[in-house]
Parts: sequence; structure tokens; C-alpha cells
Amino acid sequence: MALLEAFGRLALVALEFHGRCVALLGLTIRGLFRRPFDGRAIATQVVRVGVEGLPVVLLTAVFTGAVLALQTYTGFQRFHAEAWVGSVVSLSMLRELAPVLTGLMVAGRSGSAMAAEIGSMRVTEQIDALVALATDPVQYLFVPRILAGIIVLPMLVVLANAFGVMGGYLVAVRLLGANPVVYMENSFQFLDLNDLWSGLIKAAAFGLLITLIGCQQGFDTRGGAEGVGRSTTAAVVLGSLAILVSDFFLTKVLF
Amino acid sequence: MIGLLAPDSGTVEVEGEDFWAASLSRRDEMRRRFGMSFQEGALFDSMSVGENIAFALKRHTRMTPAEVRERVAECLALVRLDGIEGKRPSELSGGMRRRVGFARAIALKPEILLFDEPTTGLDPITTDALARVMIRLRDRLNPTMVTITHDLKVAFAVAERVALLDAGKIQADLPPSEFEASDDPRVAAFVRGDGSEDAGPARREEVRE
Repeated sequence: MALLEAFGRLALVALEFHGRCVALLGLTIRGLFRRPFDGRAIATQVVRVGVEGLPVVLLTAVFTGAVLALQTYTGFQRFHAEAWVGSVVSLSMLRELAPVLTGLMVAGRSGSAMAAEIGSMRVTEQIDALVALATDPVQYLFVPRILAGIIVLPMLVVLANAFGVMGGYLVAVRLLGANPVVYMENSFQFLDLNDLWSGLIKAAAFGLLITLIGCQQGFDTRGGAEGVGRSTTAAVVLGSLAILVSDFFLTKVLF
Repeated sequence: MIGLLAPDSGTVEVEGEDFWAASLSRRDEMRRRFGMSFQEGALFDSMSVGENIAFALKRHTRMTPAEVRERVAECLALVRLDGIEGKRPSELSGGMRRRVGFARAIALKPEILLFDEPTTGLDPITTDALARVMIRLRDRLNPTMVTITHDLKVAFAVAERVALLDAGKIQADLPPSEFEASDDPRVAAFVRGDGSEDAGPARREEVRE
């Protein structure tokens, strides 16, 4: 009985979370088309999410590419397929690893920061003050952040792709003694423009999810400093889960 | 009163117009006629003091940057905090933060000013200074002021009418002198600060027309 009750409560919480996200997304879209349009706020968020997140994202990409080359090399060596390490690295980076890992890093960096910032505004009545100053808080807070997420994530992923492939190249050529020309050729031989696109579409979707969840968690914060902590944690956990779950379905749809 | 929370029952009317029946944009138009000051100031801590006060001016008026700057200085002068536009809210004391909150509330020259617990958690001297600023705003701008407070000194100093809110109902609504002398047990207990009676009111509301 208690188990059933706990399960029911969990289902309610999950339903409420999804409902809130959809409702707030609706308000955000409405806010997008209402004046004033705040270009500067969007630029500020682009800098915060993109420019300031760049080092972390690129470092992640380089080492992911590098370790991928190392692992596939040891595996492929067993059936003498070392030549195809480059293809594996570039395909998996572009299609899967760059968007997902970039998304996870941004969820940890920026989704949490958004939840903490908006959450503190909630508990110090700053969001009420926005309403009192006849400003739609969803429009003012959500629109620039979510737009920035959708714009910036694909940009980060393009760079992560390049750095990931480079990381793989460095390990294969410098460490494992692969032929640089053959490696590069094999890296790009089987790549299709669709591989790039599917990664970028995923990235844009992750950008939306991360920022929406970060903003929602902050906006619905309750209960002082402790509540802000809870929202921040939830923003990272739910953001990461959203990435991993939606990644599967997006991959299924985008082949 | 400015629609942060929807009423469970009943209606809220602004000069005869039902607030919650109005469209979203109409509600925002009504809100522009209000100025509200929050308990801890609720200043935007990502902005400077000047930007806080200019916030509504930049969003809701077509004032030029020079006009905005002038109006910000004017508002700060009214709360006796001239020349602190460039400071960050975190650099200010509690009393100053609230006065900046007042300045932000009056930026759009509202007809109605709301104060939510303006002096809670402040020392007696700062409280008195804040009450003086409130009287100054009352005399200079002549708005309708509604203050929620449990500080009787502030209430008697600022208000023309004092009402007692308890258990969701207004229990008394009198001029300050009559309020002070009232023999309604609930009011009298509040004035004496007597907590022994079980009818001890939780909160006082003071209204000025």
C-alpha cells in the first residue's frame, strides 16, 4: 500500500512538472511576440551560456575524442580494423557525443545557474517586484535565457565536433602511430552532412530543455535558501535526464 | 492588491474596475498606476540602484536617457538618498535598501502606493526615519497610501485611518486617535501589546486615504 502511494505521489509530481514546463513554455512563446523585445538581455545570456561555457565544453570534447580513439583502437586492433578508428570517432562525436556531452555540461553550468538566480529572485520577492512594476516575469526572465540556449548550443556543438575529432586525431597519430593522411581521410570518408545536422538539431532541442527546466525550477522555487538549493539540484538532475531521454527519441526520429 | 495572488473569493476593484476580470495587458496597465514597496526592498540585485529605479521608466515610458536620469535623481532626492545611483543594492544598509524600494515604487508617479511591512526588522531610529520619508512622500506626491504594518508608531504617524485585520476580516477601521482609545477588546489588546488574551490579533493594517 505504501509503495503504491509513493508511486502515485511520484506520478503526480512528474505530471505537475511536465504541466508546469508546458505552461511556462506557452507563456514564453507568448512573451516572445509581445513588446518589448530585449536584444541586450539575449546577448548577455548568449555570452554567459556560450562564451563563458566554451572552455569547459571544448575540454570535454577534446578528451572525449581522445579517449574514444584510445578505446576503439585497443578494441579494433583485435580484428585488425585500426584503420577505421577515425571514422568511429568522427561519427560518434558528430551524431551523439558532442551534442549530449555539451548538453550535460551546459545543464551543469548554466541550467543550475539559471535556477539559482531566478530562485533567489523568487525568495527575495524580486519576481513579485517585477509583477508590481507591470513586467511579465516569464517574458523578462525566460525569453532571453531560452532563446540563448537554443542559439548557443548548436554553436557550441560545432566547435565541440571539431575539437573532438582533433582529440581523436592527436591520440591516434601522435600516440598510437596511425598514418595522419589515412586517419584524416577515414575520418571524413563516411561522414554525411546529415550526421552534422542531426547533431545540431539535437543540440538546439537540448538547449531548449536545459534552459526551460532551469528557469522553471527557479521560478517555482519555494522555501528560502533551502528551496533555492533544491531547485538548483533539480535543474541539473532533471535537465540531464531530459537530455538523455530526449536524445534517444530524437535519434530514433532523426535516424 | 496588485494581483500577486488571486483571491479565493470576492473581487478586487481598482477605481471600480474588476482587476481579475480584466485582460492581462489591461491588468498591467492598472498595475502601472500602483507603486509597491516590498518588505526587504526586493531590489533587483543584478542592477545598480539607478537601474532599479529606472527599470519601469525604461520599460513603460518613452523618456530619453537624460529624462530618465533626471527622474531617478528626483526620486532618490525624495527619499533623501541623493547621488547613490551607481551603488549596488548589496552595498546598502537595510533602511537604505527600503528607501531605494520606495524610490523605485514612485518612479512612475503612481496614484496608489502600497507598503508591505516597510519597517520590519529595523532599529527604532531607522524606523522613525523611514516613517518621516513616508510622510514626505504622502505630502509631496499626495497618493492614496496603503501600508501593512504591525508597528503602531509608524501607523499612527503616517495614517489617516487605521484598520485592524484579524482572521481574514477587518475588525476595526478608525482614525488614529479613536483607534488608540478604542475599547474594542481586540483593538485595545493590540494597542497595549497584550498577548495574554486569546483574541490576540495577528496583524494590523493601516489605511490612509
